[in-house]
Amino acid sequence: MSEFLTQHSLLASSVVKTVIMLLLVLTALAYLTWFERKVVARIQSRWGPYRVGPHGLLQPLADGIKFMMKEDPMPAGVDKFVYLLAPLLAMTLALTALGLIPFGPGTIKLFGRTTALGISDLNLGLLFLFAITSLGVYGVALAGWASNSKYPLLGGLRSSAQMVSYELSLTLSVVGVLLMAGSFSLREIIQSQSGWWHHIPRWNLIAGPAPQILGFFCYFIAAVAETNRAPFDLAEAEQELVGGFHTEYSSMKFAMFFLAEYANMITVSCLATILFFGGWLSPFPVSGAWSATQYIPAVVFIICGAMLIWDGLRYTTPWGKIVLPFLGLVLGGVGALTAMPFAIGFIQGPFWFLTKVLFFLFVYVWVRGTLPRLRYDQLMGIGWKVLLPVSLANVVLTSLALVVTRR
Amino acid sequence: MTTLLFFALAAIAVAGAVSLILQKHPIHSALSLIVVMVALAGLYLLLGAEFISAVQIIVYAGAIMVLFIFVIMLLNAGEEERTNFSKMAAYVGLPLAAILGAGLVYWVAHEGSNAPGVPLAESATRPLAMLLFQDYLFPFELTSILILVAILGAVVLAQREKGEE
Repeated sequence: MSEFLTQHSLLASSVVKTVIMLLLVLTALAYLTWFERKVVARIQSRWGPYRVGPHGLLQPLADGIKFMMKEDPMPAGVDKFVYLLAPLLAMTLALTALGLIPFGPGTIKLFGRTTALGISDLNLGLLFLFAITSLGVYGVALAGWASNSKYPLLGGLRSSAQMVSYELSLTLSVVGVLLMAGSFSLREIIQSQSGWWHHIPRWNLIAGPAPQILGFFCYFIAAVAETNRAPFDLAEAEQELVGGFHTEYSSMKFAMFFLAEYANMITVSCLATILFFGGWLSPFPVSGAWSATQYIPAVVFIICGAMLIWDGLRYTTPWGKIVLPFLGLVLGGVGALTAMPFAIGFIQGPFWFLTKVLFFLFVYVWVRGTLPRLRYDQLMGIGWKVLLPVSLANVVLTSLALVVTRR
Repeated sequence: MTTLLFFALAAIAVAGAVSLILQKHPIHSALSLIVVMVALAGLYLLLGAEFISAVQIIVYAGAIMVLFIFVIMLLNAGEEERTNFSKMAAYVGLPLAAILGAGLVYWVAHEGSNAPGVPLAESATRPLAMLLFQDYLFPFELTSILILVAILGAVVLAQREKGEE
């Protein structure tokens, strides 16, 4: 067995990485729903989930059990094959896209083979990512068609038109970044953003010769529309279309669409981080007086742990009085570990990467909680008449700036 | 391993193409065509043409076929009617198909193995871009104008005439 593993170390390490990644991502997806419900609740002056476990922490688990135990009816007259294919396609593609994301500069040893953080590292990573996400439309369109019902059909039509329209500006908005990095590889794009200019990090968003501020705004707006999230969630406008394309889906099949949407949110946030915000690069220089910033992850973890302990001791239920301080202790312990010399270098990349990703996920939820939904003609107007020309202008301006400055 | 993958992808492509013809419903045919295109992208990848492979998926599977499916959904096209082997197919189609198949088999058996392979650079994206935007810039721009003309034509055709409503 061990001989087989050392001989096929590439295969073995890939499988192990994929399994670990899948477990982490599925847990993250479950808690992303909890995070969203909590944040939206706070925006609307509510408490959000509070009953299942302390601070509703077991709510995702309860939801998961509910999804699995629910009756799974299939409406009459559906196209069975396509009806079952659609949710599978949506979820598989959404999860596959996450396999192309690099999470840190460090390497790990698996079966005597050093591999990077992240499942695969293609030199055309960005292009393949777009290839996979461009297939995501089928999940929505086919679900709408196969359900044999008018509301899903309308929802499917709407969202496939929307996704095709916004894909253009999405792809064009990253061309500026590609021009500046000169590579399709996500790793090289991040590395091209390293360095500082008068203590300001050279991230693509603000770096010379062509700051990608326009590109970033086009990217983020188009990406929110691509993932069918508020304020662009016309595919599932409850007031008009019941539930849109997934009206006729229930139990696990509905959960698959749900998870696909959240996985797409994570992919979009990761890409925004990589393309415009320097990926895993720390915003502070590592040398000189700034080297103390290496302890930021440890300090953040320990402060969060202390807050959790303090909050847990004042919690109303005895169960929470035990669980929350325990979680706080674990978090503080992790913080202390990351301050150790053997871990401090390794943790920097993933810490900054995940912090930035978490910020974009928060922005997603924030936008959903504060902006009203667009009307359909407004949506198409913004896509074709504003975003497309602006992202084209960004391509022209960036190329001009590069040609003028690069002698 | 590569040979195994090649035969697997080739079998998927051929199966998709056959299913494309045999399916009764337009949506199923369109889905089969997507399978063919993704399998072809896999074959390009085996040949080392990564860029072409990614573009194949983005353009054909991700954009053109979405429009196909969109139109089929909009028209709400039902199942096709069968002609049950028309006379045309029996007297003209079958012999022609047989000749074409025999020709292909003959060519592959006698000439195919002698054809020289085309060497590919490690990362073919940069040379491809150089060719496209320097050596063949004029034909490239000409093609894009051709496509623009087609788009304008479609817009003109779709436009309502004044006073129609």
